Amino acid sequence: MPDETSAEQVPIVGYLQLGDDPHLRANECTACGARYFDRRNACAKCGGTGFSDARVADAAVLKAYSIVHNAAPGIPVPYVSAIVETEDGTSVRSNVVGLDDPMTAELGMRVEFTTYVCGTDDDGTECVAFGYAPA
Amino acid sequence: MSGDSVWVLGANMTRFARYPELDALDLASQACLDAFADGGVGIHDMDILAAGTLFQPNGFGQRLQKQIGQTGIPVYNVTNACATGATAIRVAYLSIKAGEAEMGLAVGVEQMGKMGLLAGKSRSERKVYEASGRYDAVTSIDGILGTETMPGVFAQAGTGYAYENDGVGFEQFAKVAYKNHLHSTLNPLAQYQKEFSLEQIMGSPVQSYPNTTLMCCPTGDGAAAVVLISGERLRSMPEEAQRRAVKISASVLTSDPWVESGQVQPDVNTLTRNAAAQAYETAGVGPEDLDLVELHDCFATAELVHYDNLGLCERGGAGDFIDSGAPFRDGRIPVNVSGGLISKGHPIGATGVANVYEITTHLRGEAGDRQIEGAKVGLAHVIGLGSACGIHILEKAA
Repeated sequence: MPDETSAEQVPIVGYLQLGDDPHLRANECTACGARYFDRRNACAKCGGTGFSDARVADAAVLKAYSIVHNAAPGIPVPYVSAIVETEDGTSVRSNVVGLDDPMTAELGMRVEFTTYVCGTDDDGTECVAFGYAPA
Repeated sequence: MSGDSVWVLGANMTRFARYPELDALDLASQACLDAFADGGVGIHDMDILAAGTLFQPNGFGQRLQKQIGQTGIPVYNVTNACATGATAIRVAYLSIKAGEAEMGLAVGVEQMGKMGLLAGKSRSERKVYEASGRYDAVTSIDGILGTETMPGVFAQAGTGYAYENDGVGFEQFAKVAYKNHLHSTLNPLAQYQKEFSLEQIMGSPVQSYPNTTLMCCPTGDGAAAVVLISGERLRSMPEEAQRRAVKISASVLTSDPWVESGQVQPDVNTLTRNAAAQAYETAGVGPEDLDLVELHDCFATAELVHYDNLGLCERGGAGDFIDSGAPFRDGRIPVNVSGGLISKGHPIGATGVANVYEITTHLRGEAGDRQIEGAKVGLAHVIGLGSACGIHILEKAA
């Protein structure tokens, strides 16, 4: 986990929970259990309007990926974009991190949630992102 | 659905290419006027105009009328991602089905020039983190939390299929591009008409693995138009027009139903499966009856999964299907004999109309060097992310 320094940190997205035990959280439909990372007015699966706050499991499996070599200016390439499925059955999109060679990414590989500092803004605030590293 | 039958009376497309000296109105006008000429009718015969484009400003259909004839008919401006053209056709189709129109014009156009990579935002240098939007994101997430670029998203659709099914890898995806580039050499309307070896395709620069540059559709310019007519009105047309008319046996539009992974990766499969099931049911045909298919190969990885989604192969068998040669023009079910989006090109709004033009041309026996001999039934498929899927099944006049 980053933070030996005193820099203020913000999560890259609202569903990333920082602190001593960083993890992802989802809005979970109280009627059918469908999970969403964004704010929803009603459940896209069942139409229910009640949501609770749920923790998403850290352990996951790589279900789909692409090694991106061409991206908009300012985005470092290549990187491994991934769709993972967590142990509790939630699909998450992020990057596979911690691979020396992107071509070693393999469908079905076990990965683990991790966080890292991905940038600093002009006020010195650090942005913390999440990714999945080989387990 | 009840109502009269609906037929393609006239059809035309411009060559897909880059036309810096023309504008979208020029391209759309040319396709419309040539579709009129092909059908032996004119703007005064039209009861409705549906104009599809993704990138032209609002009111394109009305501006097009100023070029091809202002007759006061209802004009529908259509935008539905990469299914825009198919949706425009369906608007005209529904108007005839509903009995409001006897004849309708549907046109799709795009002028993209060299737009390069679609989607994916660049990050600005000057920044202060502030949460915004429904994800409370403090910065652009593209490239940090996965990819938003089209080659990458569709690459993931392909590798997701490879995860679930055996016999699918880089080589199978590359073979799709090999086939479509090869097919395009016979199509004078294709943006590119050049054969590449499998090695050249696999060795071209990687955009988003497994999609290399030669496995991605280009951006470009072009237009396509069709004149639709009711079955009853068709019977009053000259015999030659009746002989050349092609029946729309099914016109289907679906959106993506909820799936668990849909919030992080657009699901291109379920809505295509649903559309195919509806289309086959409505038309009373099955995949085994198809003489040719034009499907949405925006990337090689996409074409492969749609073999399965459209039921052209056994469930899970898309890798074997391409390996067997079945979708080549001399195979069991020729797919994208036009060269597909990969080589014919993909001016987005035009694509769904151009696919119907292609099928129509084969069913009429007028496809020249690329003609699939004796073609009687064909299927045109497009899909746009978001998502929208359009399928039309066309049949030769009895």
